[in-house]
Amino acid sequence: MRLIVPLQGVVQGRGGLFVGSLIPCCLFYFLQLYLKRRRSPPPPDSDSTELPRTSSRSSLFTRGNSIGRVRVSSRAAPLAKPPDSPYYIGLDRVKTDPYHRVTNRDGIIQLGLAESTLCFDLLQRWMSENLMESLMMQSDVDGGFDVSSIAMYQPFEGLLEVRVAFADFMSRIMGGNVSFDPSNMVITAGGTPAVEVLAFCLADHGNAFLIPSPYYPGFDRDIKFRTGVELIPVHCRSSDNFTVTVSALEQALSQARKRGSKVSGILFSNPSNPVGNILSRETLHAILSFAQEKNIHVISDEIFAGSVYGDKEFVSMAEVAASGDFDKSRVHIIYGLSKDLSLPGFRTGVIYSFHEDVVSAAKKLMRFCSMPVPVQRILISLLSDTRFIEEYMAAHRQRIRDKHFLFVEGLKQLGIPCAESGGGLYCWVDMSSLLTSYSEKGELELFEKLLSVAKINATPGTACYCIEPGWFRCCFTALADEDIPVIMERIKLLAESSTS
Amino acid sequence: MTRTEPNRSSKSDSENSGGGGGGTTAMRVIVPLQGVVQGRGGLFLGSVIPCAFFYFLQFYLKRNRKNEPDSGEPSPDSDPSSGSPDPTRSQSVGNLTELASLPRSLSRILLSPRLSGGAVSVSGRAGCVIKGGDSPYHVGQKRVEEDPYDESGNPDGVIELGSAHNTKMDWVSEDPGEAISDGLCMSGIASYEPCHGLIELKTAVAGFMSEATKNSVSFDPTQLVLTSGAASAIEILSFCLADSGNAFLVPTPCSPGYDRDVKWRTGVDLIHVPCRSADNFNISMLVLDRAFYQAKKRGVRIRGVIISNPWNPTGTLLSRENLYALLDFARERNIHIISNEVFAGSVHDEGGEFVSMAEVVDTEENVDRERVHIIYDLSKDLSFPGLRTAAIYSFNESVLSASRKLTTLSPVSSPTQHLLISAISSPKFVQRFVKTNRERLMRVYAELVKALKELGIECTRSSGGFFCWVDMRGFMSSYSEKGEIELWNKLLNIGKINVIPGSCCHCIEPGWFRLCFSNLSERDVPVVMNRIRKVCETCKSQN
Repeated sequence: MRLIVPLQGVVQGRGGLFVGSLIPCCLFYFLQLYLKRRRSPPPPDSDSTELPRTSSRSSLFTRGNSIGRVRVSSRAAPLAKPPDSPYYIGLDRVKTDPYHRVTNRDGIIQLGLAESTLCFDLLQRWMSENLMESLMMQSDVDGGFDVSSIAMYQPFEGLLEVRVAFADFMSRIMGGNVSFDPSNMVITAGGTPAVEVLAFCLADHGNAFLIPSPYYPGFDRDIKFRTGVELIPVHCRSSDNFTVTVSALEQALSQARKRGSKVSGILFSNPSNPVGNILSRETLHAILSFAQEKNIHVISDEIFAGSVYGDKEFVSMAEVAASGDFDKSRVHIIYGLSKDLSLPGFRTGVIYSFHEDVVSAAKKLMRFCSMPVPVQRILISLLSDTRFIEEYMAAHRQRIRDKHFLFVEGLKQLGIPCAESGGGLYCWVDMSSLLTSYSEKGELELFEKLLSVAKINATPGTACYCIEPGWFRCCFTALADEDIPVIMERIKLLAESSTS
Repeated sequence: MTRTEPNRSSKSDSENSGGGGGGTTAMRVIVPLQGVVQGRGGLFLGSVIPCAFFYFLQFYLKRNRKNEPDSGEPSPDSDPSSGSPDPTRSQSVGNLTELASLPRSLSRILLSPRLSGGAVSVSGRAGCVIKGGDSPYHVGQKRVEEDPYDESGNPDGVIELGSAHNTKMDWVSEDPGEAISDGLCMSGIASYEPCHGLIELKTAVAGFMSEATKNSVSFDPTQLVLTSGAASAIEILSFCLADSGNAFLVPTPCSPGYDRDVKWRTGVDLIHVPCRSADNFNISMLVLDRAFYQAKKRGVRIRGVIISNPWNPTGTLLSRENLYALLDFARERNIHIISNEVFAGSVHDEGGEFVSMAEVVDTEENVDRERVHIIYDLSKDLSFPGLRTAAIYSFNESVLSASRKLTTLSPVSSPTQHLLISAISSPKFVQRFVKTNRERLMRVYAELVKALKELGIECTRSSGGFFCWVDMRGFMSSYSEKGEIELWNKLLNIGKINVIPGSCCHCIEPGWFRLCFSNLSERDVPVVMNRIRKVCETCKSQN
């Protein structure tokens, strides 16, 4: 009853009115005093403490010279600054001085961007033969060009024809064991918007996804930027060949929950980016049953599904989900043509979801990133040309396999091993022997040396949140065969200079 | 039993406080506590009263919530938007029942994912998006999709006068082969290219924009960022200029798309500033100012004002004085201006002078220029909505560099870029295109206004854009939003024309409709008029 003593004083009228008001006032005064004392140390050296408060600094800076300047939002301010991830730094540096076999032999060689030029000849041939026809849909009436077929507003989520074509294409490259329903499909302007839209639909601001690391460094920007969704890396190790285990997921989830963040799903890429390994059917089963147990979503990024060149079979998450043991509605798949058809310029992405609400929300969000109709027209005829697709996919796989062999073999001769991989346009190289110190700092030093001395842009593992230092992602599919010796020579020189 | 108890206790309490000596009315508040303290059986009352209050509160809340599950329960198996119709609205046809579920949208979302038991739920904000599209705007569009009018094939279909696209131009068909094959060579379209636009395209777009503004101002290509469509341009700007929870002022009637473009993903709010027919729907700085202060009082931070010029939906042009006043207002309050000039190339009134915000700030200091951001839509003025290409033109370096990075999330594909470069690089083509576009719009507009006048229907003078703002107040059964939706419903179901009711544009006065004429040919005008006449007659006979 001691707590209500002041009130008792008031009520009983025994001079308590005075005491009853004095006590709260005193308490308030002491509280203020206490707070003030705790806060007082900073002011004397306020100049030096300005640094850590980054968000306020950016706003000070824009206000800077003239008072009347208008500010941008605080969430846009970090965007306006130059990037700090080595992934983007490297990409930017290559732009300033790109290598060219003839005109700029001393330029920086790009191993940081997962694009493929291996089958341009085939695409070139198809485009020159069919492009005009596909674009100029023959009008039924007079056989002339019907502009309204490409010019008018069309459904944002993609024409039905294009979705049907995608469903066929995807099931073809994913081994034919799984069929996709066009009505569960939303076509987007690129894989990047597809990831963002899914993140927006599955998680609220402040929620998190678990993501086995090392992971694709672009996710940081694509997902966190606008949606406010956090990514919690689940560390995988070289001893498991960087394959995620359920116990690691379990641990990360319980840690996240302890910290009070709500985990909405698991995001992973298969074939994995940057390692290039392929998840087995058992692993997919384990992940999905884990998700079911915890009632969270599963996002499988299968954008490299058609770039599998190893002996291991690729299994789509859609196939596992359709096996009947699971609640499908938590499974969402991302696909795109930038990698498998080497058409990054087309900005083609697909969201495939078994959850009705996700599909309908994504359809509406497509007003921000829909695919232009002319591009859809080209894709319809490209993807429906099954003879060409068969030929292309076979060549695509074969040529990656050859190039991968050349590249890995070259590194092996230098004594540099690579992780075992079976898919993707890159390999995951263990350069720990070149590190001056086995730490993140040592790795970034090596990255810098590779970039400025050897003039090679490879993505360091820290950008991918790899916990073991010394790993680098090297994309080899945009290289010509004769470039590979050049790269090996450059790495060799670097290795020699660092050991001497 | 429980009901009588509070009465009794309050009686005894008042006695107590009277006996206590220090009894004032203010003390009644703490009477239960007094009971506890003084120990005269008060311990019992002191605990029963709060418990009873709590019980009644729960009871009250429960009763109020009961209605929602009733209408929400059928949703999982059937179409969620068509929940059980309210008996009071049963006279209205199909679409109106869909609208009946509108106001309760927020709470319903929260319920529906939960209803399915152990199933995994989508994010709350995605729920808002799913339910977001039930306004008359979308209902009308859906109807048009299901049953579109065709002069020969489906003469009874619904005529689309709702969405602002233009079928006047057929530029691609003039020399499609050349335009496209020039652009599409393999090396150009297949590799990664800057998402925010090649410099060649930016130069071409800057040239096109200058031409559209009659060369009164030249645009700097380096200040352009291209995005996939005006919706994403507005979204990116909202993201860059305002934080979640901040707001923009929007004079209304405004474009119905802002609700989605600005609010859905950025968390930015819109504060509508009503303009009235008495002022011919012109913006008054006084009202703007008042809205600013009211928002400030409520603790909402205003980061900018969104205007459109030519005005969507009224079609009026903002005068130079108006623009200067807006700039002064923005300077004084230190906020941004987003000027939506997507219809700049579609000014069809010969007497009207279109002044771009870029021209107004051209002579200003840097400090002022940095607050101005312009949105331009190529697919509107080129009559090629399928292209989905728009541009942000800003003087603010931070906004530009942030927007450039954000365009990876709504990129313009390379084939589109090359197609556009080859299409609009020729100044001669651009000149001829803009001129023909204007002439055709002018002809249909004149025809339409004349025909409406014959029916006794007035509209505000539209000088630009694809629409006019029609006053149908006389035909409403009641002067209210309900009357407006009823009339809209009649136009859609009886007249079979899809127009946009003013409530979608947040117009404060009921009875105004936005009517897009850009996809009509002059031959269609009499058909539309016949249908409107039919609706008007049914309205009059009812009155």
